[in-house]
Amino acid sequence: MAESYPELEPVLQRHEHRADGLIEVLNRAQELYRHLTPPLLRHIARQLHLPFSRVQGTASFYHLFRFSPPARHRCLVCTGTACHVKGAASLLAALQREPLNTWGIELGSVRCIGTCSGAPLVVVDQQVWNQQSCASVLSGLRELRP
Amino acid sequence: MKACLRVCTAASCRSRGGASLQHSLSEAVARAGLEHGLRVKGVGCLGPCSDGPLLAMDADPKAQTQLYGSIPVADGAQLVASLMEAAAQHTLAHWCPAGGLRIDLNHPFFQLQRRLVLEHCGQIDPTSIEEALAAGAYRQLERVLQNNNPAAVIEQVRRSGLRGRGGAGYPTGLKWAAVAQMPGTEKVVVCNADEGDPGAFMDRTVLEGDPHTVLEGMAIAAHTVGASRGLIYVRAEYPLAIARLRTAIAAAQGHGWLGTAIAGSRCNFDVELRVGAGAYVCGEETALMQSIEGKRGMPRPRPPYPAERGVFGLPTLINNVETFANLPALLRLGLETYGRGTKVFSLTGHVRRSGVIEVPMGTSLRTVVETMGGGTPAGRSIKAVQTGGPSGGCVPAHQLDTPVDYESLQSLGTIMGSGGMVVMDDTTDMVDIARFFMAFSREESCGKCVPCRAGTVQLDNLLEQILDRRATPEDLEQLESLCRMVKDTSLCGLGQGAPRPVLSTLRHFRDDYLALVPVETRR
Repeated sequence: MAESYPELEPVLQRHEHRADGLIEVLNRAQELYRHLTPPLLRHIARQLHLPFSRVQGTASFYHLFRFSPPARHRCLVCTGTACHVKGAASLLAALQREPLNTWGIELGSVRCIGTCSGAPLVVVDQQVWNQQSCASVLSGLRELRP
Repeated sequence: MKACLRVCTAASCRSRGGASLQHSLSEAVARAGLEHGLRVKGVGCLGPCSDGPLLAMDADPKAQTQLYGSIPVADGAQLVASLMEAAAQHTLAHWCPAGGLRIDLNHPFFQLQRRLVLEHCGQIDPTSIEEALAAGAYRQLERVLQNNNPAAVIEQVRRSGLRGRGGAGYPTGLKWAAVAQMPGTEKVVVCNADEGDPGAFMDRTVLEGDPHTVLEGMAIAAHTVGASRGLIYVRAEYPLAIARLRTAIAAAQGHGWLGTAIAGSRCNFDVELRVGAGAYVCGEETALMQSIEGKRGMPRPRPPYPAERGVFGLPTLINNVETFANLPALLRLGLETYGRGTKVFSLTGHVRRSGVIEVPMGTSLRTVVETMGGGTPAGRSIKAVQTGGPSGGCVPAHQLDTPVDYESLQSLGTIMGSGGMVVMDDTTDMVDIARFFMAFSREESCGKCVPCRAGTVQLDNLLEQILDRRATPEDLEQLESLCRMVKDTSLCGLGQGAPRPVLSTLRHFRDDYLALVPVETRR
């Protein structure tokens, strides 16, 4: 039996189930369900009258769509130019050596959020932490709710 | 006492506690029953982001406006109390919040600016259309609708010499004329707000600080080219800009500045927001249009240009945020006063004062970086200034007297780009910078055309070899020739621009490359 996704109905209706609403629908679906599962993508394909391959192909093209559940916390190291010249690469490498996943933290990177005066910065659960070092990020991460 | 405290709540100051500062100040003012004398409001970017969180004070009777930085966020009550005490003792002119610093508004950082696009940014509450209207928003649209002479508007835009601010610099007047000439009544105006260049945040600043100016520019364009549908494509990484745009669009519709029969005219124009999903290539206009249609953001060859066949196959005018935001100022000032116009830059990297500035077109890089930005922090010298993001290049220190305009930068092997300016000091390894940008382009290549898909990978590998000191002089030659091939044969701006950081650093900083080639391999 097909799973149902009633929360998705408003955005589907706003776009009148038209194919050009696909990215808006995917954005909303990820917001609601945290990641895009195959049944969810199939549901969207049916609702927008699109082949599954088109939905899957589009979703996989864009960096922000994810297909596995997120960890409890997310730490994104900004790897934009200003952060790079202030040492973001070594910050990211240092954090990669830490067992963050065992603390329920997913480590990733983001290409510039446009607040470069705080470089090097990290974004933790959508909060921006400015002028960070590996030590300061780690001590901040330890404070997070496990 | 009558005064207004303007708290910067744009993304950068927000990350330093700007929003909590606004909240705690408002609360303190309310608790002290001072609402009638002391107003607290959140505003867009005040400029020197590195000194955030920023607070401006306009005192009445007209004392000079003051700007304060690095304000301790926690205690709004104490700040308000000390402010009231200073007012009572008539020492407001010398007041400074405890723990904060007073920023000299006579500094060249402020004095050398010419704010046309950013005129109201930092002055008005961007969530209030009433404040925007009081500052003059939609007045030029009203005038354009009353005059109802699209040809005259196009002529004025053409004669102003306004060029696309998104990076490519195509003459705006020509683009408008091309769309206006297309037959049919169904046309689309698209605003490109997919500001993807790392280190660039001019468009974010405009959208967060004064969204109505962008909407007004779009509506003027729509009337001029005969479009009734508008779309703004904004990157998902800018949640605050998205929120501000949503608020502004709804308010403009409510006040009749968007929608049907705008200001009693026959002009209908609706604006819809489309949020991206993290793909740099979608800043390229044909890829952006694909993405709006709900597809993979892959560029297509031009012609047909968007003017002929754009979004949903309709004639489409596509301009960048800053280009649209120039329109109200251009029409208000007229050609002579507008002059060559301005360019907004985001100044970052190894520079004392980073932030957003708007300067007259043709200001020299040295003025921007050294006089306005204060140069590099102590003990270091500037090595290069990077402009134009991953499609741009590096200007060496000895050529900083170059005026910032489209032609001068191009002759140095870089581009104006969208306006990101990253200062690099003498500790910077230029090969590492070239590699950084190539890795970026490699990751962001959409994979449609071979030169970009395979070329960026090969170039990235070559640069890695050089950085690992495994390269020979022949590898350097191959690097250069492969760069030219990728530049000449790629389909879109991403691939054509990807080699530019390498070519420009090879041209100006060849010694950095040679130092990495082991001596024994040199003949």
